[in-house]
Amino acid sequence: MGAVLYVPCDAAALAVGADRVAETLAEELHSRNVDAQIVRNGSRGMHWLEPLVEVETEQGRIAYGPVKPSDVAGLLDAGLLDGGDHTLCHGLTGEMPYLKRQTRLTFSRCGITDPLSLEHYEKHHGFLGLKRALEMTPAQIVQDVTDSGLRGRGGAGFPTGIKWNTVLKTPGEQKYIVCNADEGDSGTFSDRMILEGDPFVLIEGMTIAGIATGATKGYIYTRSEYPHAVAIMRDAIKIARDAGILGSSVMGSAHAFDMEVRVGAGAYICGEETSLLNSLEGKRGVVRAKPPLPAIEGLFGCPTVVNNVMSLASVPIIMDRGPRFYRDYGVGHSHGTIPIQLTGNIRNSGLFETAFGLTLNELIYDIGGGTLSGRPVKAVQVGGPLGAYFPPSLFDTIFDYEAFTARKGMIGHAGIVVFDDTTDMLRQARFAMEFCAIESCGKCTPCRIGSVRGVEVLDRIAKGDQPEQQVELLTDLCDTMKMGSLCALGGFVPYPVMSSVTHFPQDFHVKPLTDAAE
Amino acid sequence: MALQTHSQETEKETAAIIDVHEHQEGPLLPILHDVQERFGYVPGNALLQIADRLNLSRAEVHGAMSFYHDFRKEPAGRHVLKVCRAEACQSMGGEKLADDIQRGLGIRWHETTPDGKVTLEPVYCLGLCSCAPAAMMDGNLYGRLDDDAVLKLVEEVK
Ligand SMILES: Cc1cc2nc3c(=O)[nH]c(=O)nc-3n(C[C@H](O)[C@H](O)[C@H](O)COP(=O)(O)O)c2cc1C
Ligand code: SF4
Ligand code: FES
Ligand code: FES
Repeated sequence: MGAVLYVPCDAAALAVGADRVAETLAEELHSRNVDAQIVRNGSRGMHWLEPLVEVETEQGRIAYGPVKPSDVAGLLDAGLLDGGDHTLCHGLTGEMPYLKRQTRLTFSRCGITDPLSLEHYEKHHGFLGLKRALEMTPAQIVQDVTDSGLRGRGGAGFPTGIKWNTVLKTPGEQKYIVCNADEGDSGTFSDRMILEGDPFVLIEGMTIAGIATGATKGYIYTRSEYPHAVAIMRDAIKIARDAGILGSSVMGSAHAFDMEVRVGAGAYICGEETSLLNSLEGKRGVVRAKPPLPAIEGLFGCPTVVNNVMSLASVPIIMDRGPRFYRDYGVGHSHGTIPIQLTGNIRNSGLFETAFGLTLNELIYDIGGGTLSGRPVKAVQVGGPLGAYFPPSLFDTIFDYEAFTARKGMIGHAGIVVFDDTTDMLRQARFAMEFCAIESCGKCTPCRIGSVRGVEVLDRIAKGDQPEQQVELLTDLCDTMKMGSLCALGGFVPYPVMSSVTHFPQDFHVKPLTDAAE
Repeated sequence: MALQTHSQETEKETAAIIDVHEHQEGPLLPILHDVQERFGYVPGNALLQIADRLNLSRAEVHGAMSFYHDFRKEPAGRHVLKVCRAEACQSMGGEKLADDIQRGLGIRWHETTPDGKVTLEPVYCLGLCSCAPAAMMDGNLYGRLDDDAVLKLVEEVK
């Protein structure tokens, strides 16, 4: 058999030319009359090295990157097919420090397999969790998920097992599993990487959720900004259905479960679970008041599990290896691993899955290599557009739900965006308000109108128009938004705004705020 | 009459799209997506037709449609360029990039160049935050952009 080469089909790799690299490689191999196979894998998550080309050797896979089409001929001349040395060569992929330091549980296969190969999936421990679940009662599955300590990775950190238990206990003719793949937070792409790089793990996780709660139908709600993810996920569902994994008899059992992909239409708020449900029903994506909880009255009024992609994709390994195995990773009440996304102005950008507990310092400097621009870091925003901005003096904060809350921040979907010292924090605060104004669902006045007023106040500060008074106004406005908003869009946008004012008063032309004024 | 044939064609194709989705749960968004994919926007008549077939009022369909940034009431240019305006792209000079693109194309957000070639839309994150700044044109993705690269992209398309 000829050589096996890997060129990722992940969107981040495509955006920097992976398709052209794969084409050039195929042409070169053809013209050199070499028998070799090119597998389009998911991404390993080392995005600064994309397109990352790998070759299978007896010692293991060897990595080259970032590869441009113009590098291909030279790589082949240097003996790429045998893992030959080259300036772009990084040696054995698995030995690269960035990968070696990770604990890859949820992403154990991502970047290794062909996302649409069931054979690859099964060879790499696929469906072991589902097979074990099929031998258990629903209550036992829910107990295992509860015992694992898994908390929702979509932002709120609610224990997944408890949510599943509510759906299990609520009677209903029809129940649903809704996978929240609306990943709208800037600085995040872990959901997308699973949809594109290991879709079967999500299918497996959702099927287990269905069996555990008595739901027979699943929806994956994702974004129109993710066309590649939509296509791969739809293909994977069809493959799983044809293989008898989905359908009226899941893997030959008495359980039925099937699913489909639905695509949003460019509304950030539809990531909020009740807005998402309205959107799935074909309505305006307006947020619903809770109660009733979606677990009791969700999609079309039926009991519904709404979980993030990461939460659901972590279930198969929990079921396979047992709840203790998963629970033993992490710190405090943050169990297991978290796929952290290192983004923005950072050298080693990409995905880094690790047990909870690393500090921001370790993540940004040791692992991330500091800024890409080479300038000092000014701030990081963790947790998306509603997450706080932290200055370097808070970089000793550890990645843990409670540690972030204690410092008026949040982990959210675990995206870190790094900004260098050329950043104007007033502009960042203004953007947060502007974003809220653009994306507000319109249901509550503090969010809909408050955000517009917020932009105006910040513009006055930018002009140097009575900054001290304006900051006072801004503080009041933020308090009103926090108190008076129905959901976390209006309710949390004060965090990026007020953290900017608190930690970077010089950018607002005011003296440092005292704690009482906050 | 050309106009009439055209609208009959639209009606037939819209009906076919509705046929595909009608029996799904919550069919409205999938139908609107397919109609827009086919025509480049959601024509007013298609909207009425959808309302009629799904047993909804025109206001309900219009209300739903207008909630979402993606759906258009008017045709776009031949190409749609979506440039990311969100934080990770900002941290890598995305704002300047966006300004330069607007100046280079001579249009603002949501506008179309006079020759009907490109419509410029803001987008808030493409999930390419590790390769910022990023953009998407007609479903193709581009990362680690500078303004030369973007304007070249636009030059290359017809
Ligand atoms: C404005 C807003 C946007 C949200 N966006 C997302 C999102 O894109 N993906 C997600 O999983 N959860 C998002 N959430 C959280 C969901 O409402 C919900 O908590 C989550 O889907 C539950 O799943 P989990 O328990 O697995 O995290 C958002 C919440 C708010 C208020
Ligand atoms: S806070 Fe904003 S987005 Fe949330 S429900 Fe109220 S208006 Fe809608
Ligand atoms: S729900 Fe509208 S202001 Fe509270
Ligand atoms: S912020 Fe621009 S791609 Fe995510």
